[in-house]
Amino acid sequence: MSKLRNSTAALAAATAVSVLAACSGGGQSAEPTTNADGSTTLNMWTFADVHAAYYEEMAAQWNEANPDKEIQLEVTVYPYDDMHNKLQLAFNSGEGLPDVVDIEVNKFANFVKGETPPLLDLTDAAEPYVDDVVQARLDLYSKDGRVYGFPTHVGAFVAFYNTELLEGAGIDYTTIETWDDFQEAGSKYHAATDKAFGVASTSVNFLEPLVTAQLGGQFFDAEGNVQVDSPEVVEAVSMIQEMQDAGAVSTIPGGSPDSEEAFGAINDGKYAAIVYPAWYTSRYVDYMPDLAGKVAIAPAPVQDGAQVRTIGGGGTGTSVPVASPNQDLASEWLAFAKLSPEANVAVWEELGFDPVNMAVWEDEEVTKNPENKFNKYFQTNLFDVLNEVKDGIGHLESFSDPSWPTVDNTFTTVTLNDVYENGVPAPDALAKAQSSLQNELGQ
Amino acid sequence: MKQLLYSKRVAPYVFILPFLITLAVFWVVPLGRSFVMSTQEVLYGQATFIGADNYARLWRDEIFWKAMFNSMRYMVLTILLLVPIPLVLAALVNAKIGSPRVKAFFKASMFVPALTSVVVAGIVFRLIFAESDSAMMNQVAEFFGLGPVRWLRGDLTGLAALLSLALWRWTGVNMMYFVAGMQSIPSEYYEAASMDGAGKFRQFLLITVPNLKPTIVYVVTISIYGGLAMFLESFMLYAGNNSPNNQGLTVVGYLYRKGIEENDLGFASAVGVVLLVIVMTINLTYLVASGTFKKQEA
Repeated sequence: MSKLRNSTAALAAATAVSVLAACSGGGQSAEPTTNADGSTTLNMWTFADVHAAYYEEMAAQWNEANPDKEIQLEVTVYPYDDMHNKLQLAFNSGEGLPDVVDIEVNKFANFVKGETPPLLDLTDAAEPYVDDVVQARLDLYSKDGRVYGFPTHVGAFVAFYNTELLEGAGIDYTTIETWDDFQEAGSKYHAATDKAFGVASTSVNFLEPLVTAQLGGQFFDAEGNVQVDSPEVVEAVSMIQEMQDAGAVSTIPGGSPDSEEAFGAINDGKYAAIVYPAWYTSRYVDYMPDLAGKVAIAPAPVQDGAQVRTIGGGGTGTSVPVASPNQDLASEWLAFAKLSPEANVAVWEELGFDPVNMAVWEDEEVTKNPENKFNKYFQTNLFDVLNEVKDGIGHLESFSDPSWPTVDNTFTTVTLNDVYENGVPAPDALAKAQSSLQNELGQ
Repeated sequence: MKQLLYSKRVAPYVFILPFLITLAVFWVVPLGRSFVMSTQEVLYGQATFIGADNYARLWRDEIFWKAMFNSMRYMVLTILLLVPIPLVLAALVNAKIGSPRVKAFFKASMFVPALTSVVVAGIVFRLIFAESDSAMMNQVAEFFGLGPVRWLRGDLTGLAALLSLALWRWTGVNMMYFVAGMQSIPSEYYEAASMDGAGKFRQFLLITVPNLKPTIVYVVTISIYGGLAMFLESFMLYAGNNSPNNQGLTVVGYLYRKGIEENDLGFASAVGVVLLVIVMTINLTYLVASGTFKKQEA
């Protein structure tokens, strides 16, 4: 009996000790991790399968060119939300961080908050390539003049027209230049076919920043205070709402063209015109096989006489955590993998994105390659369109404001739903958004 | 030392020590730290004391109140559905009618949803309630002559989807609690009642329900907590934490959005502390009102 008691007490004590030990955890070693064959293992997180394939390709190219600094890239793909949340927790706890990480543009501001961002300053690593790269895209991932992430693409807005459907309704997409033209064509199409023409997204805030930038507006004032009721934003949202009333744009299942439900609807010919960033090419090729050969790419509609014809939308910045023991090698490789001409050719060929290194845009051997799956799919060449609007690619500074994630969240959960689903007049919905954002941001 | 270990006064505490330590390490300490963090602005590697600012912001925050309203509404409705329905089903299962094999199969199949992962169930329900006209619920709606319904876009239809997920998942569990409770009611009570001429319905109302009171109190208490702390169901159903007009946002969802998605851990801690206070207030009030803390009269 007493033996049993003793062992029970011992068990209790052992449990207690192991529980406490489990909490103290082991610290991270700050030593660079070199493998037996002299290569260095770099752990990388990303949220897109296609990105992983691309980075592996770039690691292979790097090892070929730098046999003395070989890397062993271990890419882990997590779902979008999971990866960013996991990263946030890893930064706050300082444990379990990767050496290189993809951060989506709408999340980026979260990671450069405060005086001591946990991301490495990559300004020097960018130096060799900086002249060829679209500056606006570097600015997107910079704070106080320091570059914290490298861009993947420009993401210039273009228009995708389903020419088969448009011809059926007697519309020639090449005549659409301004938003007025777009609206006219859309209401004509809608009247003729009773089907939707363009898309008013409720879960993605893209068209609104595009039109705002074309009007020369911003979502924040010069001091960084939120200003979503500024005349330009009101005009932009009102204009899209007007187009909706005229039948030129409609809401879409899934809330935006970039969702599974929407891919099905677009593939079935229920929507004829999608104005979206250039990277949407990959969605057509991967998810809408029935439309191969039926879609033409054209410049996005503009405002009459606008300086800014298009802007970059969406994006992924790739960063190196300060805590990485391999930070020097990681940032050197990353600059090669994201900014070099070789990398940017791969961005187009593997991913179908419009590369940030503009030298590639001119290289017809790459851009006009008839074997390229994107060139095969679309009736027109993406780079013809991009080169046409090249001088009018602007940058919406609001995208890199630290409060942008909050603004974007309010728009995609409340404001755009109010306007396009519930018919709240745009000025009222924006006034409401302004006051709730001011409170949320403490401004 | 030996005397201490063998002492009758100390021994019980030794036996509950593992539980106490677990409670302290995983509950009391994090709770204390959350409270401290709720008075701070937390950024990477720096925490600044800002007093009650987070609470003041919370008080003025419409989205927080919207989330609180959603959680409360969900909690009340799940209790209204998940007590009576399982109770009646349990009475049927426990009744003498029907073949035992059919009843065993019924019990098992009601319980299976509780064993599935909420993540899988949420995705399946999202597809069932999808907007396209070929989705299951829209085919049902069509059968009744209604056009395709955009279930997850509307506030009430979205709530209906959430409640049906809860109902599907928890009916079996609650039914099991009630069946277990019913089996401990002595059959003499029923014999005596039937001799006095009470019908089945009166027996259910006057014997089963009062004798099940401890079980009902238990089920309601965990449902209050479960309803207010609901997060994953809505997160899966809406494919993330953002729903149209925040109609699916719960208090825990808001805590998650603020703390994890927007890296405002101080504010999120304040949300957590407020949620704890509310859950404890409701539950303690309920437990006192239902007489749980009174000494049982034998």
